Amino acid sequence: MNLAVRPESLVEADRLMTICNACRYCEGLCAVFPAMEMRRTFADADLNYLANLCHQCGACYTDCQYAPPHEFKVNVPGVLAKVRNESYAQYAWPHFLSGAFERNGLVITLLTSVGVAAFIFGFVAVKDPAVLFGRHAGDFYKVMPHNAMVALFGTVFLYSILACVLSLRTFWRDINGGKSGGGFAAFWQAVGDSAHLRYLHGGGGGCTSEDDKPSPSRRIYHHFTFYGFMLCFASTSVATVYHYVFGWKAPYAYYDLPVVLGSLGGIGLLIGPAGLYLLSRQRDPVLTDTAHRDMNTAFLAMLFLTSLTGFALMLLRDTGAMGMLLAIHLGVVLGLFLSMPYGKFVHGLYRFLALVKYAADVRTGKFVD
Amino acid sequence: MNFNEPFDVVVAGGGNAALCAAITAARAGCSVIVLEGAPEFYRGGNTRHTRNLRCSHDGTAPTMSGPYEQAEFLDDLYRVTAGQTDKLLAELTIAKSRELLGWMDEQGVRFQPPLGGTLSLGKTNAFFLGGGRGMLNMLYRRAEKLGITVLYEAPVTALQIEDGYFVSATINYQGRPQQVRGKALVAACGGFEANIEWLREYWGDAADNFVIRGTPYNRGDVLRMLHAANVMPVGDPTQCHAVALDARSPKFDGGIATRLDSIVFGIVVNRDAQRFYDEGEDTWPKRYAIWGRLIAQQPDQIAYTIVDSKSFHSFMPSIFPAISAPTLGELAGKLTLDPAALQKTIADFNAAVRPGTFDYTILDDCRTEGLTPPKTHWAQTIDKPPYYAYPLRPGITFTYLGVRVNAESRMLLNDGKPSGNMFAAGEIMAGNVLGKGYLAGIGMTIGAVFGRLAGQGASTHARN
Ligand SMILES: Cc1cc2nc3c(=O)[nH]c(=O)nc-3n(C[C@H](O)[C@H](O)[C@H](O)COP(=O)(O)OP(=O)(O)OC[C@H]3O[C@@H](n4cnc5c(N)ncnc54)[C@H](O)[C@@H]3O)c2cc1C
Ligand code: SF4
Ligand code: SF4
Repeated sequence: MNLAVRPESLVEADRLMTICNACRYCEGLCAVFPAMEMRRTFADADLNYLANLCHQCGACYTDCQYAPPHEFKVNVPGVLAKVRNESYAQYAWPHFLSGAFERNGLVITLLTSVGVAAFIFGFVAVKDPAVLFGRHAGDFYKVMPHNAMVALFGTVFLYSILACVLSLRTFWRDINGGKSGGGFAAFWQAVGDSAHLRYLHGGGGGCTSEDDKPSPSRRIYHHFTFYGFMLCFASTSVATVYHYVFGWKAPYAYYDLPVVLGSLGGIGLLIGPAGLYLLSRQRDPVLTDTAHRDMNTAFLAMLFLTSLTGFALMLLRDTGAMGMLLAIHLGVVLGLFLSMPYGKFVHGLYRFLALVKYAADVRTGKFVD
Repeated sequence: MNFNEPFDVVVAGGGNAALCAAITAARAGCSVIVLEGAPEFYRGGNTRHTRNLRCSHDGTAPTMSGPYEQAEFLDDLYRVTAGQTDKLLAELTIAKSRELLGWMDEQGVRFQPPLGGTLSLGKTNAFFLGGGRGMLNMLYRRAEKLGITVLYEAPVTALQIEDGYFVSATINYQGRPQQVRGKALVAACGGFEANIEWLREYWGDAADNFVIRGTPYNRGDVLRMLHAANVMPVGDPTQCHAVALDARSPKFDGGIATRLDSIVFGIVVNRDAQRFYDEGEDTWPKRYAIWGRLIAQQPDQIAYTIVDSKSFHSFMPSIFPAISAPTLGELAGKLTLDPAALQKTIADFNAAVRPGTFDYTILDDCRTEGLTPPKTHWAQTIDKPPYYAYPLRPGITFTYLGVRVNAESRMLLNDGKPSGNMFAAGEIMAGNVLGKGYLAGIGMTIGAVFGRLAGQGASTHARN
């Protein structure tokens, strides 16, 4: 261990994992407990790994005979949520931006507002004020040239990918003790486990979200969100291919693939985040990391707004509101992209890598003394 | 809450036995009230701490290996009780245990494969997904759906019984005594293991050093009321299930996590640094439950399990850290044992160890020669520092003194006649089947089998 004082959340997670490892009753609920059983002691990296493996379904809290008010005060979902959220900051690249996780709601709101303002200003300054309120028959590129859009979003997107990759690399090295790990089979296993949200399940019963009884609602809304996001991503990818490969320029008809995919995805991104937000309000706060609640809310709000402004843009693209709506939509998307490496978005990436490691460790039957 | 209306069935207790009875009676159409003495979080007494139940099965259960035939189960039971069991009830328990997986499944209880470190039980025991509290949550949810009234913090403080016939129960509810009337009673409120004063009647001052592994609410009050109302007792009051626990465990309710599995890997010494029993007599699952009683019989009811670094990672990790030292002398100091005595005990032990091939999964040939008491298997010298120790106390799981019942789970009165409307299930009557000894998972089997029988009997009575 290094000389720095161990954060309180890691001290508490270590205490809990030591109790759980002597108890093991929750072994069948998810991957966290079998992964824990491969160890006898828990270093910081082990705890960060276990924390990212936890899907926070809550089952092990309602089933635990040692949950508060018992004097052992075992609250695995709550404590691992804290450790997990703090781990994002710990591994963030570049490190000086890790503070973004602390006041995440504020940071993302600011980023997005600045983004929206910049677009409005840009449209007015670079083109002329009339452009902003003119009718363009749905032709966005009249307001902002295609190349400018690609250059801006391409750069931001590449930066975000770079930042995520470098953060994840630090995480991956840390949890594997500097050694490489994984392998193709483990990777595929993790793809399947993520796609099905196998562990957002409480071992079969569901998540405790609305009340203390397990229900599938959280998993369903998460599916809406995740697949909505993927459909929107697919829509953008198809549009890019249309543009560069076939030379087919936007705007596309309502029945064309980019619009269909985007609309379906958009619906997912309205229903999913709204549902998850409402459930998070009903959820017993002990199961969550209340200190980082705004991180969750900010990400859900960004997804929801991206979709909402996208729909507004599509429906009103032939009117004089298009320019303003485009500025707002692009500002929100810019905010989303920029904040990706520094917000809740990363949870999926970290969890995916944790699942890869778990699948690999199970395969090799790796027990750590 | 309206206490004026009588219920068809009044169930005292809120654990496995109680809920199996309540659910069965409610499914038969009865109005049922469950009187749980504990607050909601602590509902379900010792059942909260369980992990599995033993059942005979044909081998098709997805989470079990098998089959586990009735004859084999019966043999196992006869062996551990040395025949001290009511043969008829034992056979009934085992025959009825075959229905339990299906019945539990209908109530929503889910199972998982055997837990890490317990693979030897995969054939005989079905493990609850999420442990006993997970299982209880399902049963309570089921009870709620069936419209069963459940009162928490409602301990039964008196029973009105006329000539072996239940009339009503007095509970202390929200600071006031209340009468709960019913046509039939199911008593399912555990043994008296949490009642130290009562334990002292048999164990003397030693009882003060016992750790109570489960709920502090099983104080045997209802058991005492029933004995006083002419119900026939069963079982030896000194018999109980007791294991060796970490002495640093909480006095009550520490549950499963404070047990220690290190004993077969080293030696156990008492306050005087002397060994007192063969640590390698048989495989750990079979000998797990004799060590509580052994330590209870040692001076000050304290003992220490000592291993060296060869075997420190061979057993289940412990909840409290091991006490360790680079030399035996220093270890003795930390344990407040006489260093010279401990060094001599270990030197004598090491000298008596014969060479062999160590394998803790079988009865191996590593043993001592010329040592009293011997260590007949898994004897390895203790000489590789650092040395590790855990202090041990007797941990009482549950007591066997209870009320006698018949094959309908109906209580028998002192004259041998069955009560008209009083039934018992679970720990409170486990002594009918367990004269002594224990088989892992049979506590829950007895509770579920007799709980269902009691629910049936009570509902039949109430509806006639
Ligand atoms: C740590 C531990 C682990 C165990 N593991 C297993 C296992 O894996 N498998 C197994 O088969 N057995 C196990 N046992 C034994 C098992 O717990 C018992 O055999 C079983 O729970 C008995 O069920 P029951 O319903 O009779 O009693 P309990 O579950 O103890 O329920 C008794 C109920 O009565 C209530 N009560 C007590 N007094 C009153 C009163 N005056 N008025 C109203 N209510 C009252 C209590 O609050 C409690 O709810 C374990 C025990 C312990 C302590
Ligand atoms: S959460 Fe509770 S019941 Fe589950 S393994 Fe940990 S201590 Fe045991
Ligand atoms: S909250 Fe769910 S996913 Fe997390 S450790 Fe508990 S059971 Fe596993």
